[in-house]
Amino acid sequence: MKGVKNDISVPAQSKFDQVRKNFARNWQIYVFLLPAVAYFILLHYIPMYGVQIAFKNFFANLGIWGSPWVGFDHFERFFNSYYFWRLLKNTLILSAYQLILFPLPIILALSLHEVKNSIFKRWAQTLTYAPHFISVVVVVGMIVIFLDPTTGLVNRLILFFGGDPVNFLTSPGWFRHVFTWSGVWQTLGWGSIIYLAALSGVNPELHEAAKVDGASRLQRIFHINIPSILPTIVVLFILNIGSFMTVGFEKVLLMQNNLNAKTSDVIQTFVYQTGLLEGQYSFAAAIGLFDSAINIALLVLFNSVARKVSDNSLW
Amino acid sequence: MKRFTLSDKGFDLINTIFLLIILVLIVYPLIFVLSASISDPQAVSSGKMWLWPVDITFKGYERVFANDAIWLGYRNTIIYTIVGTAIHLFVLLPCAYALSRKELMAKKLILWFVLFTMLFNGGLIPTYLVVKSMGMLDTMWAIIIPNVVGAWSILVARAFFQQSIPDQLVEASKIDGASDFYIFIRMVLPLSLPIIAVMALFHAVNLWNQYFNALIYLSDRDKYPLQLILREILVVNQMQLNDPGGSAESLVDQVKTAGLIKYAVIIVSSLPLLLVYPFVQRFFVQGVLIGSIKE
Repeated sequence: MKGVKNDISVPAQSKFDQVRKNFARNWQIYVFLLPAVAYFILLHYIPMYGVQIAFKNFFANLGIWGSPWVGFDHFERFFNSYYFWRLLKNTLILSAYQLILFPLPIILALSLHEVKNSIFKRWAQTLTYAPHFISVVVVVGMIVIFLDPTTGLVNRLILFFGGDPVNFLTSPGWFRHVFTWSGVWQTLGWGSIIYLAALSGVNPELHEAAKVDGASRLQRIFHINIPSILPTIVVLFILNIGSFMTVGFEKVLLMQNNLNAKTSDVIQTFVYQTGLLEGQYSFAAAIGLFDSAINIALLVLFNSVARKVSDNSLW
Repeated sequence: MKRFTLSDKGFDLINTIFLLIILVLIVYPLIFVLSASISDPQAVSSGKMWLWPVDITFKGYERVFANDAIWLGYRNTIIYTIVGTAIHLFVLLPCAYALSRKELMAKKLILWFVLFTMLFNGGLIPTYLVVKSMGMLDTMWAIIIPNVVGAWSILVARAFFQQSIPDQLVEASKIDGASDFYIFIRMVLPLSLPIIAVMALFHAVNLWNQYFNALIYLSDRDKYPLQLILREILVVNQMQLNDPGGSAESLVDQVKTAGLIKYAVIIVSSLPLLLVYPFVQRFFVQGVLIGSIKE
C-alpha cells in the first residue's frame, strides 16, 4: 500500500514535467527571488570570486582574471613582515578581552529577571538599551570628550583625588581597556534581551518545586535559571567566536592614532590602510583572506566542540 | 553546609542596588552630554557643571544649526536612510516570502546560497573593487547597496511568514485565480506589518549610524552623511584643534565654543533615535526574539 499515494495525484510524470508544471504555475514566486539573488551574486559572490587577487598581482587595467598569478607570495610577505606578530597579537588580545566579558549581559539579564516591580524593570530595560542606538562615531566622540587630559571628566576626577592626569587616548597601555569597556557600555543592555527572553521561558514549576525544598533565590538562579538558558548561551558564544577576528574594527579605526598604534593596530585596520589608503590591493586582500580563514576555522572548531560537549550547536 | 542564606528581602535589596549602579553608569554620560550642551562652556570645563545645566546658553545649538555642512549631512543621511530602507524592504520581503512557500523548488539550494554569505565573504578589498567597477563610487548607491540585506534578516522574515501566513489562505486564493503578485501585495503584506516594521527599523538605525561605507566610497563632501561630518567634528578635529596656528586670542575662543559645539552636535545627531526607540522598543525586541527562534 505504501508508495501508492504519490500515484493518485500525479500519474506517471517525468521529473522534467513536474518542474515545468511547477514553474508554469508558480513562476511569480521565482520572480520574487530575483532582486535578492542579483544582490547576493553582485555584492557577495563576485567579491568571493575576486578573492583570487590575493594570489595574484592585481593590475586594474588587466582586471581580476587577467592579472598574473603569484601564488602565496603576498601571504609569505605578510607572515615574514615585522608587523605580522604585532598585528596578530593585538587582534587576538582585543578579541579575547571582549570574549572574557561575554558573561556580563547574562548577569544583567539574570538580575533584571529577578526584579518584581514591573515598572522599574521596564524603565531599567529601556534605559540600558539607549546606548545601542548611538552611533559608533558619537561614542568615540564621547570617549574623546570624557577622557580629555585637561577638560575631561575622568581626568578631573583623578586630579580631585590627587592623582596625575592620564592621556588615555594616546597611551598604548590604555587603548584596550577604553575600547573594550566603552563597548560594554554600549552593548550591555541590548545584549541582555535575548537572555531575558530565554529566562521568561523557564518552567515556573521548577521554581515552585525548588522553593518547597527550601532553595534560596541565589541557589535557584544557579541551579535552575542558568542551566535553563545554557543552550542560548552556547549558541551565542559560538556566534561570537565566529567573528572573533573582526573585533569591531570600525571603532578601532576611529580610536586609532600614531601614539597608540602599538596596541591599536589590528589586522582589519591594517587591511584598510594598506589596501584602500596605499592601494596595495592584492597584498591587503591576502591579509583579509587570512583573517576570515581564521574566523571560519574557529567557528567550525568551536561548533564541533560544543556539539560534542553539550548537544547545542549551530549545525 | 550553607555558608550564609540571603533572605528574599536581602536579595531584592542587593539586586536593586546592583541595577541602580549599572543604570547610573549607563545613563550618566548621556545626561552629562545633554546638560553640557546647554551650559556655559566655562562651567563645564571647570567642573561646576556635573549633572544639571549651569548658566544655560543655546550658543552651541545656534552654531550647529548655522553650520551648512551639518545641515547638508543631516539631509543626506535622511535621504540615504529612507531610500536605503525602501530598497532593503523591496529586496528582503519578496525573497523571504518566496523562501517560506512550500511550492518553491530547490529551496535548500537557495537557502544555502543565502546562508553561505554569512559564513564567508570576499572581504573589504574585493568588495571595494566590485563597488568601484560598478561605477558606484561617490554616489548614494555606494552607501546603500553594499549592505542592502543580510542573510540573517532573510531568515528572520522567512520564519515570520512561515508562522503567520496560513497556507490555506494562499492556496484558496490561488484556486480563486489570484496571482502570486496579487496575493503577496494584497494579502501577505497587510498581515505582515509587524515584521515590516521590525526590519525597516533595524535597517534604518544601521543606515543612520554607519560611517564606514561613506568613508571609503565617498570623496565629494556634498554627499557626506551626518556621521562623516560628526567624525570630523568629534574625532578628527580634536587633532586640528591642538595644532598651533591662528592668533592666540581667537584660538582660546575657538576651543571654548568648539567644546560646546561638540556636545550640541552629539545631541542633534543622536536625539531623533533616542526619542523614538522607547516607543517602538517592542518591535526591536520582537526582532531580536524572532531571530533567536531560528537557532
